[in-house]
Amino acid sequence: MSVDVIKTDVVIIGAGPVGLFAVFELGLLDVKCHVIDILDRPGGQCAELYPEKPIYDIPALPVVTGQQLTDQLMEQIEPFGAEYHFNEQVDTIERIEDGFRVGTDTGMQFECKVVVIAAGGGSFTPKRPPLPGIEAYEGTSVFYSVRKMEAFKDKDVLIVGGGDSALDWTLNLQPVAKSLTLLHRRSEFRAAPASVQKMLELVDGGDISFKLGQVTTLHGDNAQLTGVTVKGADGSTFEHPTEVMLPFFGLTMKLGPVANWGLNLDENLIPVDTEKFETSEKGIFAIGDINTYPGKLKLILSGFHEAALMAQAAHRIVYPDKKLIFQYTTSSSSLQKKLGVK
Amino acid sequence: MTKVTFIQPDGTENTVEAEPGMTLMEAAVKNSVRGIAAECGGACSCATCHVYVEDAWREATGEPEAMEEDMLDFAFDVRPSSRLSCQIKLTEELDGLTVRIPEKQF
Repeated sequence: MSVDVIKTDVVIIGAGPVGLFAVFELGLLDVKCHVIDILDRPGGQCAELYPEKPIYDIPALPVVTGQQLTDQLMEQIEPFGAEYHFNEQVDTIERIEDGFRVGTDTGMQFECKVVVIAAGGGSFTPKRPPLPGIEAYEGTSVFYSVRKMEAFKDKDVLIVGGGDSALDWTLNLQPVAKSLTLLHRRSEFRAAPASVQKMLELVDGGDISFKLGQVTTLHGDNAQLTGVTVKGADGSTFEHPTEVMLPFFGLTMKLGPVANWGLNLDENLIPVDTEKFETSEKGIFAIGDINTYPGKLKLILSGFHEAALMAQAAHRIVYPDKKLIFQYTTSSSSLQKKLGVK
Repeated sequence: MTKVTFIQPDGTENTVEAEPGMTLMEAAVKNSVRGIAAECGGACSCATCHVYVEDAWREATGEPEAMEEDMLDFAFDVRPSSRLSCQIKLTEELDGLTVRIPEKQF
C-alpha cells in the first residue's frame, strides 16, 4: 500500500467542541487544519455521551444540547475548509526537520508545522468486560470491532449486547458465520427497532439463535476460545460453545497513545503554560480537558479561550515572518472576507 | 443531611453525608468513594456508576426508568438490584441508604 503524506499547517487531534473551535481561531489567522478523531463524527463527548442533554454554561446560549453545540460549531467553522478524518486514531507523533509527522492506526501520514492535542478525556475505546483472562483471547477469539467480515467466515460466533452495534453485527455477520448466537441480558433492545425486527425474523427462521443471559466465565486454551459459561435470566447457568465472541458494551475513555508521544504528563493530563498552551515539546499544544495548569477548569468555555491563545502562538510558527495584527470580526474587512460575510 | 453507605467489594464500608437533592453518584464522587467512575458526569450515558441497592432499600429507591434500564445494558454483571447511582436522587426518606459497589465498572 502506498502512503500519500498529507501536508498541512496544523493537525488537530480530537473533533470535540474545543478542537472544532480551534479550526475557527486558526482559520481567522489563515492557518489550515486537518482534524483527526477516533469517533465516526464530530462532537467528541458532546456527541457520544450527551447529544440530547442540555448544557447551560455556554456564554450567550442559555441552553443548548451537545448535538446542537456540535452542529452550530460545524456551521461556524465551515468557511475555513478544514478536512476531517474520522474513525482514525493518532498513534505516533515524530519530530521532523520542519515540524512533525503524525501517523494514524490505519496508516495515514500527515506532515505539519504544529500539532494541537484537543483529545479531551482521551480516546473512546470499546469497553472490555471484566472477565478473568479475557486479554489472552483478544485479537484471536474476542473482538471489539469488525475490521474484516471474512475473519468470521465459517466460525461459530457469539455476539453479546443489545445496542445498535450488537444488532448491526448480528445482521451483517449472520450470512458469513457458520452459526451465530446473540446473547443479551433481557428481551428488550435499545437498538433501532428495524434492526430488532430483522433479528427476530432471523431467530424465527432458525438462521440465528437468541439467548437471555450474561457471560460469567470464558473457556479455552492457547488464545482459542471454546465456550463460555452464561448466567441465565433466572439465575441458573449454562454452557455455550463458541469459537468467537464479540462483546458490545459501549465505549469508555482511555488516555490511549497520548502517553507515548514523549510529552510530560501529570496524572494523565498534559501540563501547559497559560500564555500559549504549549506542552513540554515546542510546537505541540494541548487545549481543552486534556491539559492542566494552575487554576484549570474543565469547561468548554475555558477550552475556547485556550484555542484562541494557542492560535496566536501557532501563527508565529506557521508564518514566522508575518507580523500578526489583532483584529475584531465585527469590524475587520479581511476577517469578514475569510468568514464569507457578504 | 442524608447518610448513605457504600460497601466495597472487599466489604469495606464508606458512610458519607449528602445533602438532599444530590444524586447518589454525586455523593460518592464528592467524597472520593472508590469504584464510582461516573465518566459522563451524570448524564445517564456511560453506566460507570453502577451499584447494587441492598434489598431493604429497593422499594424506597424504586425501579429504573426506561432510559436507565437501557443504559444498564452497558454495565457488567447486572442484577435485579442494579441501579445507576446518577439516577437516584437523595431525599430525607433515603437516610441510611446502603448500596454495594460492583467488582468492576469496566
